[in-house]
Amino acid sequence: MAVSSRRLQKELREIKENGTPVGITLLQADDFATWFLSIEVLGETLYAGEVFALKFRFDPQYPISAPAVQFVVDDYYKAPVHPHVYSNGHICASILGSEGWSPVLGVISICITLQSMLASCKERKPPPDNDGYVQRAPENPKKASATYP
Amino acid sequence: MSSDYELSDNEYYDEEDDEVMYVDDDGSASEMDVDFRISPASKSKSYEIDYESLTQAQVEKLIGQDVEDISGIFGVEPDTASLLLRNFNWNKEKLIEKYMDNATSVSIAAGLALPEKPEASSSRFEASSGSRRPTRRSTAEQAKSGKAKILERLTPPADEQPFVCPICFDDTQTKTMALACGHKFCTECWSAYTTSKIRTEGEHWITCMAEDCKLVATDEFVKKALGSDTSAFARYQELVVRHFVSCNKNLKYCPYPSCTHTVSCPSGASKSALTTIVPIVGCGANTAHKFCFGCNIDADHRPVVCGVAKMWLQKCQDDSETANWIKSNTKECSKCQSTIEKNGGCNHMTCKKCKYEFCWVCMGPWSEHGTAWYSCNRYDEKASIDARDAQSRSRASLERYLHYYNRWANHEQSAKLSMELYSRTERKMEEMQITSDMTWIEVQFMKKAVDEVFKCRMTLKWTYAMAYYLEKNNQKELFEDNQRDLERAVEELSELIESSIDPESALALRQKVTDKTVRLPVVWQSTGFDHLHLS
Repeated sequence: MAVSSRRLQKELREIKENGTPVGITLLQADDFATWFLSIEVLGETLYAGEVFALKFRFDPQYPISAPAVQFVVDDYYKAPVHPHVYSNGHICASILGSEGWSPVLGVISICITLQSMLASCKERKPPPDNDGYVQRAPENPKKASATYP
Repeated sequence: MSSDYELSDNEYYDEEDDEVMYVDDDGSASEMDVDFRISPASKSKSYEIDYESLTQAQVEKLIGQDVEDISGIFGVEPDTASLLLRNFNWNKEKLIEKYMDNATSVSIAAGLALPEKPEASSSRFEASSGSRRPTRRSTAEQAKSGKAKILERLTPPADEQPFVCPICFDDTQTKTMALACGHKFCTECWSAYTTSKIRTEGEHWITCMAEDCKLVATDEFVKKALGSDTSAFARYQELVVRHFVSCNKNLKYCPYPSCTHTVSCPSGASKSALTTIVPIVGCGANTAHKFCFGCNIDADHRPVVCGVAKMWLQKCQDDSETANWIKSNTKECSKCQSTIEKNGGCNHMTCKKCKYEFCWVCMGPWSEHGTAWYSCNRYDEKASIDARDAQSRSRASLERYLHYYNRWANHEQSAKLSMELYSRTERKMEEMQITSDMTWIEVQFMKKAVDEVFKCRMTLKWTYAMAYYLEKNNQKELFEDNQRDLERAVEELSELIESSIDPESALALRQKVTDKTVRLPVVWQSTGFDHLHLS
C-alpha cells in the first residue's frame, strides 16, 4: 500500500478512536484523496458562532509533501474574512508551504493551526491584494507559488 | 584603436593585416583561429577580458579547499565545515570571525547543534575559563559527539519495543535514522523526503523532518538517506556547487540548460567594470555556450554595455503582451535582482535565493513594516504617479523606438536566416568543387564569409539598440556613419554569397568574396563597435 494511504488510514483510525479536538469535526473521508473537515473557533473571538469547512487534497507523496488545503466556498460555507484567507478559500499559512511543512504534521494538526490563526485575528479584513489574487489564482492552492509570513 | 577611424574605404590592407586572415597563399584553416577567436597570445585589447572555464569537478576542488581550511582551523569534520560555510554563504572571513566570537551560537544557527535548553555544558565551559579556545573545542566536541549519535541511531535499536515511524506508521520498518536531535524516522521516509527536497525543491539545505527542528543533514547523512539513488546525490552535489558559485561574484554558472560548467571572470565581476567592458565568455563545454558574464543575456551583445542591453531588451518586451504580464506579475528582488513571480500568498515576500524579506507592494524591507497587518500605505500615491509617467513617456517615444526596433529585429531575423544559409552554403561548396577545379580547402572561403556575415549582423543588431540611446551629436553622426559602412559591407557580401555560381565565374566570385570577407573585419574594427560603448 502506498505510504500516503497507510498514513491516512492511521490518521482516520485515530480520529475514529479518540475523536477530534473541540471545534473540529470530520465531515467526509470516503477515500484517501479528498477529505472535508469543519472548524469553528470557540470563545470570545471575531469568528464566534461561525462554522467553516476545510477541503484537504492529498497526493501520493503525502506526508512528505503538504496536502492542498483550502476553505470551502459554496452555497452553504463561506471562507472566513481574514488577512491570510482569500475569498476563494485559499490560505496563506507557512505550514502549508514547503518551508514550513513537516511530515510529522497531519490533518488534525493543520486544523488546530488554522483554528488558532482565526482565534488570534484582531481585525476582519481580507488580504490587501485579494481581488487580483482571486482573479489569477490557480484552482489548486498548492499550484500557487508563494512565500509566507 | 583610434587610428582606425582614419581608415579610408579603399585601404583594404593596413597594419592590421597580419591579424586578419589572408587566405590566398596556403589557405590553411588555422588562420581562422586568429580571426575568430580571442587568442590569449594575441595583443590584448581593452575590450578583451580574461576568463577561465571550470568544470564541476574543478569547482568542487575549490569548495574542498575552503572546507579543508575551515575544518583545519576549527578542528571540525569536513562535513560540518561545509555546512558552516554554506550557512555563511561561503564567506570564510565572516564565518571565522563569528565562530571565534561565539562558536556555540554559530553552530546552533547553522543547524549543527541543538539549542541548549538549560545552558548546561557550554556555559560551564565559559565559566571555567573565559578564553575562546575551550569554547571552540567544546563545539567541536559537540559536533563530533553529534556525529557519533547519528551513527548510533543508524543501527536499529534492539532493546526498545517495535519502532513505529511517526510519518508512515509502518511498524515493519526496522531501519531508522536520526540527526543529532534524535528525531527518529524510518530510512524509507528519510529517503523519500530527501529525494523530494533535492528533486522537487532544488534544496541543498535539508533540515530534520520533525516540526520546527532546525537541525541540518550533513553530506554523509544525505548520501546514506538516498541510498542507491546516486543520481539524486549527484544532483545534491550540483546544488551545493551552484550555491557556492552563486555566492561568489567572480563565478557564474553557465546558463545553458543542463550544462554544469562554471566560468571564472574576476574582471567582469564588478558593477563599475561593466560600464566599460562587455565580458563575453564561453563555458568551454560547448563552443555555442557563449554568454555575457555581466548580465544574463546569453549572446554577444557588443558594442552595447550590459546596462543598456538590458534596458533595450526590457524595452522591446515592454511593448508586448508578455511584458505587460511580467510587469504586473513579477518584480525583482531589490537585493539580488532575481525575478520573482507571485501568484499567491500575502505581501510578505522572502526571496528564495537570497532570503531577503521585503514587502511586495512597496519593495521596501519587511522589517520596516513591523506589526502592520500586510497593509502598506507608502504605496499608492508614488507608484501610481510613476505608472502614469511611464505610460506617457513610452507613448511619446514609441515612434522613435519603432524605427530602431524594426532594424534591430531585422538584423536578428537576417542573422537567423544566415544560419540556414550555412547548410545551403555547404551544398554550394560541394557544387563548386565539382563544377570548378577548386579543392575542398579552396572552397572554404564560402563558409568563412557566412561566419563573418553572421558575426557582423549580431553587432549591427546591437548598434541599433545603442543608437536608440545615443544623444544626437557629432559622436552619434560618426557612429551612424560607421554603422552605415558596416551595414553596406555586410549587405554586399551577403548578396555575393547568395548569388548563383556558374563554372566560369567561380574563380572571380571566390576572389570577390574573399576580398569582402577580409574587408569585413577591418570595417568592423574600424567602427570601434567591438569596444565602443556609451560614455
